[in-house]
Amino acid sequence: MTMTSPTKQVQPSVDAYVEDRAVLDVRGLWKVFGPRSDKVVGSPLEELSRAELKERTGCVAAIRDVSFTVRPQEVFVVMGLSGSGKSTLVRCLTRLIEPTAGEVLLDGEDIRKASDKHLRELRRRRFAMVFQHFGLLPHRRVLDNVSYGLEIGGAKKEARYERAREVIELVGLSGYEDSYPDQLSGGMQQRVGLARALAVDPEVLFFDEPFSALDPLIRRDMQNEVIRLHREVGKTMVFITHDLSEALKLGDRILIMRDGELVQVGAPDEVVGAPVDDYVREFVRDVPRSHVLTTRWIMRPPLPDEPLDGPELGPDIVVRDAVHTVLRATRPVKIVAGGELLGVVTSEEILAVIAESPGKPEEGK
Amino acid sequence: MMAALSTLSGGLRRPLWPRRYLLAAVIVAWVLVWLFVRGQDTLQLGGAELTPLHARLNEGSEAIDNSRNDNPLFLYFINYIRLFLDESITFVQGLISQPSFGRPLPVIGWLGVVAIATAVAWLYGNRKVALLTLAGFVSFGLLGLWEESMDTLALVLAAVALSLLIGIPLGIWAGVNDRFNRLVTPVLDFMQTMPTFVYLAPLTLFFLIGPASATVATIIYAVPPAIRITAHGIREVQPETLEASTSLGSTPWQSLRKVQLPLAKRTIVVGINQTIMAALCMVTIAALIDAPGLGKSVLKALETLDVGTAFNAGLAIVVMAIVLDRLTSAAGRRVETAHRAGRAQKPGRRRIEVAAVLVVTAAAVYLSHVYVWAAEFAGDANVGPYVRRGADAASQWAQDNLFVYTSAFKNLITYSLLNPFEALLTGSPWWLIGIVVIAFAAILSNIRVVIMCAVSLGLLVGLGLWQDTMVTLASTLVATVLVMILGVAFGVWMGRSGRVDQVLRPVLDAGQTMPPFVYLVPILGLFGATRFTAIIAAVVYAAPVAIKLTADGIRGVSSAAVEAATAAGSSTWQVISKVQLPMARSAVTLATSQGLIYVLAMVVVGGLVGAGALGYDVVAGFSQLQLRGKGLAAGVAIVVLGIMLERITRTAARRADTVARGTR
Repeated sequence: MTMTSPTKQVQPSVDAYVEDRAVLDVRGLWKVFGPRSDKVVGSPLEELSRAELKERTGCVAAIRDVSFTVRPQEVFVVMGLSGSGKSTLVRCLTRLIEPTAGEVLLDGEDIRKASDKHLRELRRRRFAMVFQHFGLLPHRRVLDNVSYGLEIGGAKKEARYERAREVIELVGLSGYEDSYPDQLSGGMQQRVGLARALAVDPEVLFFDEPFSALDPLIRRDMQNEVIRLHREVGKTMVFITHDLSEALKLGDRILIMRDGELVQVGAPDEVVGAPVDDYVREFVRDVPRSHVLTTRWIMRPPLPDEPLDGPELGPDIVVRDAVHTVLRATRPVKIVAGGELLGVVTSEEILAVIAESPGKPEEGK
Repeated sequence: MMAALSTLSGGLRRPLWPRRYLLAAVIVAWVLVWLFVRGQDTLQLGGAELTPLHARLNEGSEAIDNSRNDNPLFLYFINYIRLFLDESITFVQGLISQPSFGRPLPVIGWLGVVAIATAVAWLYGNRKVALLTLAGFVSFGLLGLWEESMDTLALVLAAVALSLLIGIPLGIWAGVNDRFNRLVTPVLDFMQTMPTFVYLAPLTLFFLIGPASATVATIIYAVPPAIRITAHGIREVQPETLEASTSLGSTPWQSLRKVQLPLAKRTIVVGINQTIMAALCMVTIAALIDAPGLGKSVLKALETLDVGTAFNAGLAIVVMAIVLDRLTSAAGRRVETAHRAGRAQKPGRRRIEVAAVLVVTAAAVYLSHVYVWAAEFAGDANVGPYVRRGADAASQWAQDNLFVYTSAFKNLITYSLLNPFEALLTGSPWWLIGIVVIAFAAILSNIRVVIMCAVSLGLLVGLGLWQDTMVTLASTLVATVLVMILGVAFGVWMGRSGRVDQVLRPVLDAGQTMPPFVYLVPILGLFGATRFTAIIAAVVYAAPVAIKLTADGIRGVSSAAVEAATAAGSSTWQVISKVQLPMARSAVTLATSQGLIYVLAMVVVGGLVGAGALGYDVVAGFSQLQLRGKGLAAGVAIVVLGIMLERITRTAARRADTVARGTR
């Protein structure tokens, strides 16, 4: 279970000054639907609320001035309720929907400026997408579905079938090469979708709510599958979901959207531990905090007379995993990073987090 | 009246019920006024009389006739099209129906044609359909109508090939391009609501009487379903599937070829089926402008009221319709299961089967090319005369024995509905009718339709056929009332019972695929040549669509609502009258609108069997040179009448729709 825990090496305190290279750099992205939508951005109209804008111009702003960066090999989750613009956002990143304004830089190159031909080239080699309802071609076998991207890229038949077989093996569908999509279960169909995206060996994988059409058990399998694949092939992933637990489970960082606007970006423990507003707080209310928060979030400065000879733990250990050590220790557990004492945790802090049952307002602290 | 109008324009949001009273009030007022001004300003016109407009149209037609050999438009464009069409049809006829290429017989004789048709049915459909095709084609010979059937088939094949050549590319374009789709949709609407007979006459002006005009008319009629259904098939493809293809870097052309077309294939085959059926329908009707084939046999027999001969040829048309329909439907189903079935069966075995079928077919074709017995259908195997005599006897028997019932029915409808209505319409001054129509339009729809009605009424007066228009309108409305009685009765029955639906739907489907000429024969046998026959023919033609639409509406009513009503203790009748019909109101209104259009489409056919008025004017225009202008004007009048009625009922349907949604 700890292998699937969302906490990875990216540390909230560290990323403030380590400016990693951005694979994807989105700046001031807008998407406005409606008549003369190009006139909205850059005019006073862009200040209006969603309803007012609709009233005044008939336009709907699906994405409003969203900026973020995605780092190499990161799983970046965009989450929000339906209608929050997350699916539009991911389509704008690949220009399946043409953005109204802003920049989408892939390795520093603005894909909005790409010609049709160049854009196709990018789609064929640099990024690929997995869809909510799979989007498979029902008249083609699994093998031909998976090799579709290579086929339109002009790959020779033997070459593309060889690559397709590799990827089919990778997603665990060996033996189903000659089946048709409607002969497979939903989960297996989505594995085909995944294989199709992986076949072109893209740098960035986009997932548009890939598992929301699946039932819960299959969904969990597929989530673990994505985690496994991420570990094996190490792609950068942008993952859209409306399911918070999925976001927390998969995401290195999470972007929360509401009404087309960015509300908060941060690591899972940041979102849960320090929600920026009531909207996010309401969102994360039901999350079992001990599964997400790390010792960093519950430690406190040592009291003057406290003995400091207890066991040591790192600041990025999830509370749930620290329970045993802390409860067994007879003394406060020291939270240490790089030889420096950051604080202490005792059974009192641990129990406070665990006892904070989901749904109830925070007590005591 | 004006006060009522002004309150109405603002009354859109009010509940529906006052409109019922308003409509009744308009009708009462109409009858009252009619009592006083009866017979004034009725704009009568004698049968051979012409208005200056008709005379001018005559002159215009003559001018077009005369310019055929010197006007550059004709010389470099239209004449070439005509020649091309004539040549294509002569070529196909030479292959299967007419002596040609210096031979006393067609290139492929009956045995060859039967073999080819059966082989096509076998390879593209299945064995059952192959058997049906075999039996059907042999029956053409047995009925003594081989040559006529082949002429019809030749025309259908040529017209379908051209229609698909035009229709499928345009359909694909409309499928991928929104702007083109928006552009082409109203044009197709217009082409499909325009009664078919109306454009026959103008076409002959440009393409002369004969196969070329018939082909153009058939293409006009058969192309809309090809375009529409192809576009629909392309648009039906899941947007996400297309997106997935795009997201992997497909060019639009790649997406079309590898995703959209393969997925739309089945729907496109349905489109081909519809195109073939439409073409067959029109090819028989085109007999009016001297298209060769079975239609001509029926038409000639109808003109001499020879029920037996008409029935014989009509039977051949029905057989051809069934064979072509089944064949293409089976091919469509096969497309769907093609990849699986094809793989399930060992490719080797399939290859042997195909080879065997092809060898036998080739042998049959060769035999039919070389030997007379395989080329010319044996004359002594002709059962046509027996069919003819049998039909004559049946018709005679029916007229003798059922006369009491049929005439009672006829008199009931004629005296209770048709005569009073016709008297009211033809006896009213034109301005009174105008006011009533505009009041109806105002009550039932919106200001745009009111304006359109005013313009249409002006046109109708201007065309100089006001009296005829009113007579036609009376029969049209009476026929529509009958259609709706049938539509609601059977529609409710079908909508409520799955079993009834299963039994009736194939019958209705068959009724809709039959060319309308075919109904005329038995109806003519029963009722003789009167305007009543025309009404019944129109009802038979229009009822299936009205019944189906109503049934679909009733079926569409949420079962929860019906359950709730039943649980509350409603009787069956209460469920129907208080829940199902009110909730299916928009479907019923749509059924009325469509029923009206279908009835109107039969006006000209009615003209052939005793209905006077506009239908007769059009038919007379085909045959008599000096009435050509009047026939043209009558055709335009039918179109104008159709557009006007269709607009009123369609907007009324849309309003019923919004009301139904608003109260839900």
